[in-house]
Amino acid sequence: MLTPLEIEALRISLQVSGTALLIILVPGILMAWLLARHEFVGKSLLDGVVHLPLVLPPVVVGYLLLVVMGRRGAVGGWFYDHLGLSLPFTWQGAALAGGVMAFPLLVRAVRLSLEAVDPRLEAAARTLGASRLRVFFTITLPLAVPGLVTGAVLAFARALSEFGATITFASNIPGETRTLPLALYSLIQTPGMEDAAARLCVISVVVAMVSLVASEWLARRTRRRMAGRDRGTP
Amino acid sequence: MLELCIKHRQGDFDVDVDITTPGSGVTALFGHSGSGKTTLLRMLAGLDCPDQGRIALNGRTFVDIGQKIFVPPHQRRLGVVFQEARLFPHYRVRSNLTYARRITHGEAFDRVVDLLGIEALLERMPGALSGGEARRVAIGRALLAEPDMLLMDEPLTGLDGARKQELLDYIVRLTREIDLPILFVSHDPEELMAIAEQLVVLDRGHVMASDRLETLLSRGDMSPWLGGFEASSLLQGQVLSHDHHYHASRVALADGQYLTLPLLSQPEASPLRVRIRRRDVAIALSHHSDSSFRNQLEAVITTLTPGAPGTLEVTLSLGGQSLQSRIALEAAEALELVPGMTVVALIRSVSLAG
Repeated sequence: MLTPLEIEALRISLQVSGTALLIILVPGILMAWLLARHEFVGKSLLDGVVHLPLVLPPVVVGYLLLVVMGRRGAVGGWFYDHLGLSLPFTWQGAALAGGVMAFPLLVRAVRLSLEAVDPRLEAAARTLGASRLRVFFTITLPLAVPGLVTGAVLAFARALSEFGATITFASNIPGETRTLPLALYSLIQTPGMEDAAARLCVISVVVAMVSLVASEWLARRTRRRMAGRDRGTP
Repeated sequence: MLELCIKHRQGDFDVDVDITTPGSGVTALFGHSGSGKTTLLRMLAGLDCPDQGRIALNGRTFVDIGQKIFVPPHQRRLGVVFQEARLFPHYRVRSNLTYARRITHGEAFDRVVDLLGIEALLERMPGALSGGEARRVAIGRALLAEPDMLLMDEPLTGLDGARKQELLDYIVRLTREIDLPILFVSHDPEELMAIAEQLVVLDRGHVMASDRLETLLSRGDMSPWLGGFEASSLLQGQVLSHDHHYHASRVALADGQYLTLPLLSQPEASPLRVRIRRRDVAIALSHHSDSSFRNQLEAVITTLTPGAPGTLEVTLSLGGQSLQSRIALEAAEALELVPGMTVVALIRSVSLAG
C-alpha cells in the first residue's frame, strides 16, 4: 500500500517527533512550574525567550541552533569534544530542532493547567507534613494531567510538522533527516512526481488528523473522569 | 502553652496581638469577619509569615523573626481543618485520610474513622461526598496526621442547620474523647458555647479579651463583643440519672445540687455543659414547693450591678461556678438583695450547650 520511500519518511517523522517530545517533556514541565508558581527577577524575559520559537521564522531558529549546537558552537563543540556527538545533519539533530519549536506549546499548555490547580489544596497538603517536592508530585502534577496530555500531543504534532528549523539545522538527508514535510518538499521540487507528492500530502493529513483526534479523545477521557468525581457535590 | 506574639501589616489592616493560652483544651478565636482570626490561624500553621513576632507551642518555637526562625508548615505537626474541606479530588477518601503517612491502619485508624462515622465513605471519591461528609473526612485526615494541635477554621460555615448540628455533635464528641489541644476559629457564638473553654475575642486585629469562656460571659463590659452570646451562663455538670416516665434527666452540678432537663441521650455519668439564659433566672428568698419551677438552686450573691434602665444584673455563685440573673431593680429592692446573701435561683429553662 505504502511505498518504501513513504514508509521511511513516516518512520523518521514519528521517531524524530517522539524523541523531540521526550527531550522537552521534563524541562517543559519544570519551566511551566517555574512560570506558574514562582515570582522572580527576569520572569518576563524568561517567558519571552521561551515563546521566541513561536514567533521567530523557523529558519532563524535553525540558524541559531547551528551557531550554538554546531560542531564549533558553544554547546555543540563541547558535545563533540567530550561525547563525540555531532548533532547537525543527524536525525537526533532533527529531533532537537523539532523539540525547540514545540517547547513553547508544551510550556503554555502545562502552565495553564498548573495555574488551574487550587493552591489551597497544596497548602492543605503542606500542613499534612508533605514537603514542596512531595506536594508537587502527589497533588500539583496529577491534577495538571489533562493539560499535560493536551500539551504533549500538541508538541508532538508541532514537531511532526516542523520544516524550516529542521532543514536548516539537520538538512534534508534521505533515510536520516528526511521527515514527511521534507520528503514532500523534495517531491514537489522533482518534475514528474506530482502523484507521489499528492500521496504524501494525504499521508500527512491523515497523521495530523489521527494525532488531533487522539488528543481530543484523551482530553475528553480525563475530563470525564474528573467530572465523574464531581458528581454528587451539593 | 500557645504563645502568639505578632505584629503584621497587610494592606491597611493591622494585626497586633499578644496571646498566651493553655496548650490544652479548646481555645476559640472569636471575632467578626475581618477581625484577623483566620490570619492568625494561617500564621500559626505556617502558611503566612508575620512581619514581626514570635509563635511557639508547648516550648517549640515555630516563628521568631528576631532570631530568623521560620519552621516550614510541613514540619510543624499541626492538623488544620479548613473552612472548605480541601480534600484531594484525585484520591479516594481512604488515601486522603492516610496522606500524612502517620496513622494509616490499625486500631488508631479505626478509632478515628469510627469517631467521625466515615467508615462507609472510605472507598468513595471526594467529589461524591456531601458537604458535611467531606468536612468529617477533612477532620479525620488532620487527626490521622497525629498533630500536636488541631486548628479548625470555621469548620461549620456553609452547612445548613441540620448538617451543622450533626457536625458540631461530632466535634463536641471529639473534644471529649481525644486529648488534643484545639484552636477553633469562629464568628458563631452558638458553636463556641458548645465547645470553647478558653476564648480570645478579636476585633480589627487586636485582642479585646482573652480568658475562660465562663469568666468572659459573666463580665458585663464584654457585651459589645459578646452580644451574640445572648447573655447566658454555662454550668458544668454530669448526667446523674434518666427518668423515662417523666421524660427527664437529672444533671448533677459540682456542689451536689442538680438540674432537671428534658430527657438526654448521653449515658449516665457523662460530663456535659448546660446553658442558662440570664432572663430565665429569677430569684427567691426560699424554696418554692408550690410553684412550677422544677429547677431551684441555692446560690450566694456575689455581685449586683446595674444593667439596662430598671434592671439589675445579679451574679450568683454555686459551687465555684457562676450564674447570671437579670431581674427588675424594683424586685431587688423589695427582696433587699445584698452581696453575700444566700438565695434560691428559680430557673425557667435549661438547655444543653452543644
